[in-house]
Amino acid sequence: MAGKSRAARFFQRERLPGDLAFSIVFLLFCIFLISQLGEQAVWAKRTRLFAQPAFWPTVSLAGMLLFSLLHCFGSWVSPRTPGRGAEVLFWIRSLEYSAWFLLYVWTVPRFGYLGTTLLFTLILTYRAGYRKGNMLVGAALMGVGIVVVFKSLLQVKIPSGQLYEFLPDGIRNFMLVYL
Amino acid sequence: METLSSAIVILMRWEVLIALLVGSIGGVIIGAVPGVGAAVAIAILLPATFAMEPIVGLTLLLGIYGSSMYGGAIPAILINTPGTAVNALTTYDGHPIARDGNPKRALSLAYSASFFSGIFSVLCLILLAQVLARVAPHFGSREIFLAALLGIVLVVLAHRGKVLAAGMMACLGIFLNTVGLEPVKYTRRFTFDQTWLASGIDLIVVVLGLFALSQAFLLLVDKDGRPESTRLEGGLFGGLKELWIYRRVATAGSSFGVLMGMIPGVGEFTSQFMSYSYAQKTSKTPELFGKGSPEGLVAAESANNAVPGAAMIPLLALGIPGEALTAMMLSVFYVHSVIPGPQLFADQMPFVVALYISLLLLNIFVLIFLVFSTNQILRVIRIPTRFLGVTILTLAFVGLYSLRNSMTDCIIGATFGILGLILKRLEWPIVPIILGMVLGGIMEVKLRSSMARIKSPLDFVDRPIAAIIFAAIVLVIGLHIWTYFKKSDKDGKVPEGR
Repeated sequence: MAGKSRAARFFQRERLPGDLAFSIVFLLFCIFLISQLGEQAVWAKRTRLFAQPAFWPTVSLAGMLLFSLLHCFGSWVSPRTPGRGAEVLFWIRSLEYSAWFLLYVWTVPRFGYLGTTLLFTLILTYRAGYRKGNMLVGAALMGVGIVVVFKSLLQVKIPSGQLYEFLPDGIRNFMLVYL
Repeated sequence: METLSSAIVILMRWEVLIALLVGSIGGVIIGAVPGVGAAVAIAILLPATFAMEPIVGLTLLLGIYGSSMYGGAIPAILINTPGTAVNALTTYDGHPIARDGNPKRALSLAYSASFFSGIFSVLCLILLAQVLARVAPHFGSREIFLAALLGIVLVVLAHRGKVLAAGMMACLGIFLNTVGLEPVKYTRRFTFDQTWLASGIDLIVVVLGLFALSQAFLLLVDKDGRPESTRLEGGLFGGLKELWIYRRVATAGSSFGVLMGMIPGVGEFTSQFMSYSYAQKTSKTPELFGKGSPEGLVAAESANNAVPGAAMIPLLALGIPGEALTAMMLSVFYVHSVIPGPQLFADQMPFVVALYISLLLLNIFVLIFLVFSTNQILRVIRIPTRFLGVTILTLAFVGLYSLRNSMTDCIIGATFGILGLILKRLEWPIVPIILGMVLGGIMEVKLRSSMARIKSPLDFVDRPIAAIIFAAIVLVIGLHIWTYFKKSDKDGKVPEGR
């Protein structure tokens, strides 16, 4: 510590695992956006600086660059806490649940809100490690409850499933409107 | 009087009362479950409220906002785990009191302090919003720009030890707001020729991703947990009587809450620490703080619960949200073409008074509910955390998909969900992104319109309110740097964290 400059000590802070890795990714993202400024935002002729379409993107990106450079430097000079790999793995594991979520979104307009939600809550509860009957029943009840509250009672705008078209007349209208 | 009776007419409809009741009770339950919190609930419910009348939607969200901190005190006191982040300080003294065999006393005192400050802040809202609304017509474009800039500066500096990360996130928020078709020259900004980016990045999608989806992912990926709690015996009325002994601390805490709640970007954490420090410094038994001091508990709970009412003051009077939750509520106003600001007070005073009354009512509903239902809430606390993750993920779909039935929104939301998870794991602040998005938009429009009438930079601050706000910005930044170096000199070393 004694060998470090005052500037380095000035920027030292608590550095959690993955901090430097994410700071660098953020900095690279920021540099990429700045490299696109000329293409993706217009500096119009005969327009005052503050009214330029590119003015605020430039200001915000300059701010992002400045803060992320300083943050990266702070990370670099701060004592490292081991566990970067495990931390990054933790982030990557969230992709699985993100995929489950997007699959759910994709399925609802095809198979209907009620059926998909019921299936989604059951599968995800099982995937989350709950194998006992009471948790699965709880998951099913929760799924049905959410559909009844939001679609049947609050009439939230969620499209009906294409599968409902194949149902008998009486049930079909009910399902299309309420479930 | 006519305004009051019109407001009562607005409120005395079954939809409004049900919304208030559901919001208040739901908020307590949501607040009591560690890992959910009002921000997640409001983010999920936000799109559902767009289809409701403004007063119904707003009372529902206000109910959740105003009552979640009541609920958050329950696990903070009983199991040393704050229900919401702002109840963290409650654990310092609330849990030791409960552990020493007085859980009923701790809960009762926390409820009473929260109730007192809740009512106190609504009374301040009624008084101060009127005053601010009278001053508000003097707020031109440059004053609003400077107020929004002050909000950004404060939200960044309020994250002590993480100022650089907060600055990055605030600038990212401002940048995200610029994406899409800009409103003056109609040129595209950072759309990369993608049509789905032309309309910009929706604030609600970002909010849902950063708050709801990230929390669901976090709970699902992390280890499973199941908080334990024991049943309480007997009533919870004693706290109101005991609060009288600590009325000075409660009043000071509530005042700090109101003051900090009104200032954009500051909020509950600062008010709590100010209130707690004040209570400790002026206490006859400062050594008890952190070990089970009732004064400490009252200081923490009164400061945090005064914030929601106070945060409505700049929102209603100026249309400037102070933090993420009021930023979300602002979108409900905009969706219904109700524009907060002085005109709202001139044109729709009964609506404003109805909001005041609903805030008062929710505190009463919540207190009654808590006194009789704390044991039932304890069951909810025991929900396993991964199951909670499944529930939030299923609910987040409603919020995200019902906006525009768009798969793209869900993909963007999921991306922000992963970003939110990383930020939460790294303990980087999330709120500056939301405030950057909201205040960045205000700043862009207001700077553009104000600069048309400005000849020299000094003209920008030649009006009294503009000069005061500008001075406040300089003062806040100066004070931050000064306190930093002062601490550095005192300790003889450079303090950690920026």
